[in-house]
Amino acid sequence: MLDIKNLHASIEEKDILKGINLQVKPGEVHAIMGPNGSGKSTLSSVIAGREDYEVTDGSIDFLGENVLDLSPEERAQLGIFLSFQYPIEIPGVSVSNFLKTSINEIRKAKGEEPMGAADLLKKMREKLKVLEMDKAFLSRSLNEGFSGGEKKRNEIFQMAMLEPKLAILDETDSGLDIDALRIVAQGVNKFRNKDNAVVVITHYQRLLDYIVPDVVHVLMDGKIVKTGDKNLALELEDKGYDWIKKEVASL
Amino acid sequence: MEEFKDKLESNYIVFENELNGEADTAVHGMRRDAFRNFEKLGFPTKRNEEWKYTNLKPILKADYKLFPKREDHIEFKDVKRFFLNEIDSYKVVFINGVYSSWLSETTHQGYDVCTFGNALRKYPEAIDGYFNKVAKTDEQAMVSLNTAFASEGAFIRVPKNKVVDKPIQIIFFNTSDDREIMVQPRNLIILEQGAKAEIIERHQSLTDTPVLTNSVSEVSVGANAELHYYKLQNDVHTSSLIDNTWINQYRDSVAKFSTFSFGGRLTRNNLHFAMKDENCLTYMNGVTILDENQHVDHHTVADHLVPHCESHELYKGIYDDTSTGVFNGKINVHKDAQKTNAFQQNDNILLSDRATVDTKPQLEIYADDVACSHGCTVGQLDEEALFYMKSRGIADKEARALLMYAFASYALSEVGIRELKQKVNMLIAKKLGVDLDFEL
Repeated sequence: MLDIKNLHASIEEKDILKGINLQVKPGEVHAIMGPNGSGKSTLSSVIAGREDYEVTDGSIDFLGENVLDLSPEERAQLGIFLSFQYPIEIPGVSVSNFLKTSINEIRKAKGEEPMGAADLLKKMREKLKVLEMDKAFLSRSLNEGFSGGEKKRNEIFQMAMLEPKLAILDETDSGLDIDALRIVAQGVNKFRNKDNAVVVITHYQRLLDYIVPDVVHVLMDGKIVKTGDKNLALELEDKGYDWIKKEVASL
Repeated sequence: MEEFKDKLESNYIVFENELNGEADTAVHGMRRDAFRNFEKLGFPTKRNEEWKYTNLKPILKADYKLFPKREDHIEFKDVKRFFLNEIDSYKVVFINGVYSSWLSETTHQGYDVCTFGNALRKYPEAIDGYFNKVAKTDEQAMVSLNTAFASEGAFIRVPKNKVVDKPIQIIFFNTSDDREIMVQPRNLIILEQGAKAEIIERHQSLTDTPVLTNSVSEVSVGANAELHYYKLQNDVHTSSLIDNTWINQYRDSVAKFSTFSFGGRLTRNNLHFAMKDENCLTYMNGVTILDENQHVDHHTVADHLVPHCESHELYKGIYDDTSTGVFNGKINVHKDAQKTNAFQQNDNILLSDRATVDTKPQLEIYADDVACSHGCTVGQLDEEALFYMKSRGIADKEARALLMYAFASYALSEVGIRELKQKVNMLIAKKLGVDLDFEL
């Protein structure tokens, strides 16, 4: 589904990604872990198409298409979804209007008819329930005055509504208390199926107790330096990153 | 400019001679004084601080015809789109400054919704009590000029505790297709104690022949009365409008004014509120969306003369191409006006490097126990917000439009007529070149 080869990216002449290789198949959950400044958020931004970054080498194929040639909206229309680490506040646009516009823009791009208001509302209510959110939430301005937990829940709510093929969750767990974490994980688990995939970017193993990964990668200094199963995350939680640093250095 | 002034002078003599039977009336005296005042002041130039950013010179070069006599006939179906059709309303309609009974729907049942010309003849007490009493002429050349020639416009009088059962639409159509014309409408709006009304005002040219409108509206909002007033400015690119609106508010009254400026060549809005008695509530909202070389200048004044009044002002502007905007909002809190709450905000987005906006919030406070704030911003669309929207599959153009909609929407919050809000939303969408399937 997602095939990243030798990806190099920089911002303002500074190299951040230095040759990433990553393959994600339908039905899989991948976790990408790593210390601060290792390039985790850059990787998610580059996949989503943020224009501040320059891709200097390598390729990103998604469902057989080279997405580097596509705009952020085209990538989203293909089925890539990024849950933002810091969701943007947009005063004056309600959650429901935003989602309606988003869903119908994606449908338009696929040549489908817009979704009817009744169907849309029904779907919204259903997904809100999974995330234990009140329906009053729909008429609030997007992210404006939301608590940290509400912002993250809102991201997962959007993911549930848009039903992307690939969801990248950029530190969705940061700043969440244990109840909020459980609810967010519940949303993600409900979303998962054999045809879609999830990439979880996180500092902490905690979230991976709830969203169990098939593959765990360690990103350091712009490269994936180690790949393992869910036990690797537990090991990292236990021992920190230093032992991997040493291991890499000794190679 | 001098040439046009000379022409106005000779025209005034003709106009005066035609006013048979009015020679000794108070109105005549006021006209004469007003014209003398205009002669003394002349047209405002950029040397005048209040007109620093709006140059009338280019639009005063045209050879305007001053007294179009004949009522040009217009078929309703040809102008239907300029009305708010979905709802029942009273209509006071003028064509080239002349009243059109054909397109109008007036009333004298319970309240008067008719013409200024009619009031001049039939309601001397209303004219004596309010005409030339609300608007200040001393430093106002354009008001003086209008007063000198004032003969037609809308007259609305709502007696004590009466509520006008449907909105009133005041529309000035201009149709000249050979000569440039200047029209000077004069509206007089009186809400007595406890009265309530909703008014929509529009000036609309139907041809590309240049039109200059110099309009004066005098508005009195009596004790405990409530007035909602909407100005819809979406005229053709050859028309210019100088709007002078003066409002007196009395105890416990509410006045909400919204100005939507989407068109025209040059538009100058002078909006002046005087809170004459305690506990008045005032709202001034504005949405301006301009492109090409359009120009809009908002000059507003909230004159807090007495204690315990509250004014809220929010103007939003979006400027593209080489359009230019001016916002000059004054809040005057006089010495006795303790416990005043006065808020003012002007936010602008520039979509092009060549668009400009001059914004000048002015606060003058002579009382010591007040809560006042003012502020202004000029910026571009938020790139982070744009990326967020695009990452949800929303195309660039739609994402920009959605952000601009959202930006403007706060100034639409006081629009109480649902159908009008829809129309304004539609006009905004059209102006932004998108079709978004929702209301804000």
